[in-house]
Amino acid sequence: MENQMENQEFLADKIRTQEYQLNMGPQHPATHGVMRMILQLDGEEIKNVEPVLGYIHRSIEKMCEKSSYKQIIHLTDRLDYLSSHMNNEAVTLLVENALGIEVNDRIKIIRTIIAELTRMASHQLWWGVMGMDTGALTTFMYAFRDRELINEIMEETCGARLTMNYNIIGGLRYDIHDNFVKRVKEFIVHFKEKLPEYDNLLSNNVIFRKRTEGVGIMTKEQVIAYGMNGPTARASGFECDIRKKLPYSAYGMVDFEEVLRTEGDAFARYKVRIDEMWQSMNIIEQLIDKIPEDDFRMKTKPIIKLPKGDFLQRVETARGDFGVYAMSDGGKNPTRFKFRSPSFANLHGLNKMSENTKIGDLVVNFSTIDVVVPDIDR
Amino acid sequence: MSYFKDIFNAVKTLLTGMKITGRYFFVNLFTRRDVITVQYPDNIDTLKMHDRFRGEVIMGHDENNMHQCDACTICENACPNGTIEIIWDKEKNPETGKTQKVLLNHIYHLEMCTMCGECIEACPSDAIEWGQNFHHVTRDRSNLTKSLNRPESILNPNFVKSKK
Amino acid sequence: MILELLNQFMPAEVAFYVELVIIAVVYLGVFALLGLFLVWMERRVAGFFQLRLGPNRRGPSGLFQTVADALKLVSKELTATEGRDKFLHGIAPYFVIVAALMALSLIPFSAELQAFDINLGVFFVTAVTSIEVVGIFLAGWASNNKYSLIGGMRSGIQMISYELSIGMTIVTMTVLAGTIQLSEIVEMQRGGWFIWTGHIPAFIGFMVFMIAGTAESNRTPFDLVEAESELGAGFHSEYSGMGFAYFFLAEFVNMFIISAMAVTLFFGGWLLPFEIGADIPFVGAIIFVVKTLSVVFLMMWFRWTFPRLRIDQLLTLEWKYLIPISMVNIVVMAILVWLGLTF
Repeated sequence: MENQMENQEFLADKIRTQEYQLNMGPQHPATHGVMRMILQLDGEEIKNVEPVLGYIHRSIEKMCEKSSYKQIIHLTDRLDYLSSHMNNEAVTLLVENALGIEVNDRIKIIRTIIAELTRMASHQLWWGVMGMDTGALTTFMYAFRDRELINEIMEETCGARLTMNYNIIGGLRYDIHDNFVKRVKEFIVHFKEKLPEYDNLLSNNVIFRKRTEGVGIMTKEQVIAYGMNGPTARASGFECDIRKKLPYSAYGMVDFEEVLRTEGDAFARYKVRIDEMWQSMNIIEQLIDKIPEDDFRMKTKPIIKLPKGDFLQRVETARGDFGVYAMSDGGKNPTRFKFRSPSFANLHGLNKMSENTKIGDLVVNFSTIDVVVPDIDR
Repeated sequence: MSYFKDIFNAVKTLLTGMKITGRYFFVNLFTRRDVITVQYPDNIDTLKMHDRFRGEVIMGHDENNMHQCDACTICENACPNGTIEIIWDKEKNPETGKTQKVLLNHIYHLEMCTMCGECIEACPSDAIEWGQNFHHVTRDRSNLTKSLNRPESILNPNFVKSKK
Repeated sequence: MILELLNQFMPAEVAFYVELVIIAVVYLGVFALLGLFLVWMERRVAGFFQLRLGPNRRGPSGLFQTVADALKLVSKELTATEGRDKFLHGIAPYFVIVAALMALSLIPFSAELQAFDINLGVFFVTAVTSIEVVGIFLAGWASNNKYSLIGGMRSGIQMISYELSIGMTIVTMTVLAGTIQLSEIVEMQRGGWFIWTGHIPAFIGFMVFMIAGTAESNRTPFDLVEAESELGAGFHSEYSGMGFAYFFLAEFVNMFIISAMAVTLFFGGWLLPFEIGADIPFVGAIIFVVKTLSVVFLMMWFRWTFPRLRIDQLLTLEWKYLIPISMVNIVVMAILVWLGLTF
């Protein structure tokens, strides 16, 4: 007996366990692009996550300083490519506000409808990828079935499917296509039928619920402290919807609900986005019949020069609070141009969320904060 | 008791999910009705993009092989990526006797183009426009550098330069 | 049958060995074809589930697509990581594939078509399939890659745990059958399939067997060993060419074996209900394969619908739900058999 005890102690001395590092990415199926995370692991348990950025840095802010204001717009497409329209809108609103151009209601309403369509397309893609990250590969194709209809609308009206580049300073590049209103209405009818399917397939699935509920809990205080925003923060009860707080474009004209949840776990972050799709449809339904007849672009000068000073514009993209800051000395180009991207701010919370969770939870957490890597690196 | 309730609910939600995917499976197995993919290279000849689709920048020529570009280089300046290079020369117009710019080569680097449309937006004479070609695949990078004006093409003498 | 044919023109001893060789070659061929067919079926089925068509270019309905893929894999270079354990890394795929092949030899396709009918059939299948975990574990360990290692460790936990509930379910069914010889188990079902005669405990047993079987063959929702979105490819990250192909084929053949066992234990093997078409040679084999493929389809249905479990939930499911249920199930079944309450 004693001998056995000694033996065990001897073994405990000899066999040690230790934490080890695992390099997740830059080429990894779950990192949604080229992002690298250095994980400190104890077996399956995560002790520390350290994101390493810069694999897709293209110095867009510097490029903006060399470009005229018209040229800047198309660069913002390449930040968060899933909410390209809202990014464009941020720059155009910034310039329009700085120059004092007041666009008419037609432009405002069309911009808002397209922005909400983009938001839905973004959330659909996210839903599909969320399913894939948890292992349900079929969700991806179901999401793309519905997203394809939005892309089709975009292609017909804006000329491109992803990097729409539809906003220009003082209006829109083209007028809406003749089929636009009809197609959007068809899409709403179609998607209202299909969105409950998303719930039945994934949200109510017991395995998915077990994977997400109670995982990666962030309190409201933590969310604010880490500077998180967008749907990720609203899942913890932090009211931060720019559409409500600082209404721009046509958001002042519509009645919609800011989706809030209080649990702060992965499932709440998931559910907020699903509910936001319902709200987007609500917004579009209110606006689609109200597009007034008017010009689709205002008269602007051929060469746009901003007055001397600092300018800031915030919009709500699919990922959260997107800020554009421009410093001008009165010339054709900005002297300083800065983007405040929501994905970058949200990524800060990942380490806190993933404390003492499993590798599988990290994938879920990473998926529910919904980062777009080019938006982080710029 | 909640132990069995859990199991029952779990099985129920799993069956709900299986019902959805199963329905799509059998519909597709027998009718292919819900198949959303297209057989891409097969339908390449019949596939038509929307009119506004931004596939590439092209220069319109009329039946007499005349274009509208007077080599003003506004598009070259408007381009954020240096996609467009215009090679021009000064030439005496035999009719009026004035020297004017003549377009020799409108070089378009498709591999650098981001399809932002600033050149087409800026062009005062609508010389360049969007083409709907989407099939840009090539085995050599140099094939992507294109000359937009056709060989032997000349400037349309009565082209209109609108003041945008 | 073959033995008699061979005996006509060679001595009995030689004929015996020649027969063994012929059967081995036939089984290798069946193994490869089965693997290729199942991969094709999986991709095609997945296509329809996902609103796609799946492979449809090579051959009728893309049937030769997997053949082309296999040829590609054969022609690929065998890459390997630095600092791997060369011997173990090389031998690991063979553990998996030999285990699968041995288990396949016991499957009673029909009354005549069974290579190896021993009286310990069920026991032997369970024993042989559990060798497979060694191969996966070795592959994970020897690759000198942390992703592979995590995958290997997970497979150890997962497959050893789920072996228990598979074993218990098989015991439940043998209580009903009264024999563990596979061909006799099928013969016992001539009066009615066990899922019918054993009613409630057999049905529960079937559900447990399907869950545990899915876990045994490492498929979604239990594909933690590969866990594409977490570990890349898990234990076979560092295998290329044929090494990878062995794992891949073995995975699919394992799925077939699990389904074949389910058909043998619950759905009457090569028998049709009410003895329709019984005892026509080779019809039995067709019936058996069709039945097995239906069960395989069920497993594919699982895979293309459900998300993956987390490692601790996987163990919770096994130890808190499946094992208690199957233990109670054995007792219930024993009581039913004792009281003669089976149909």
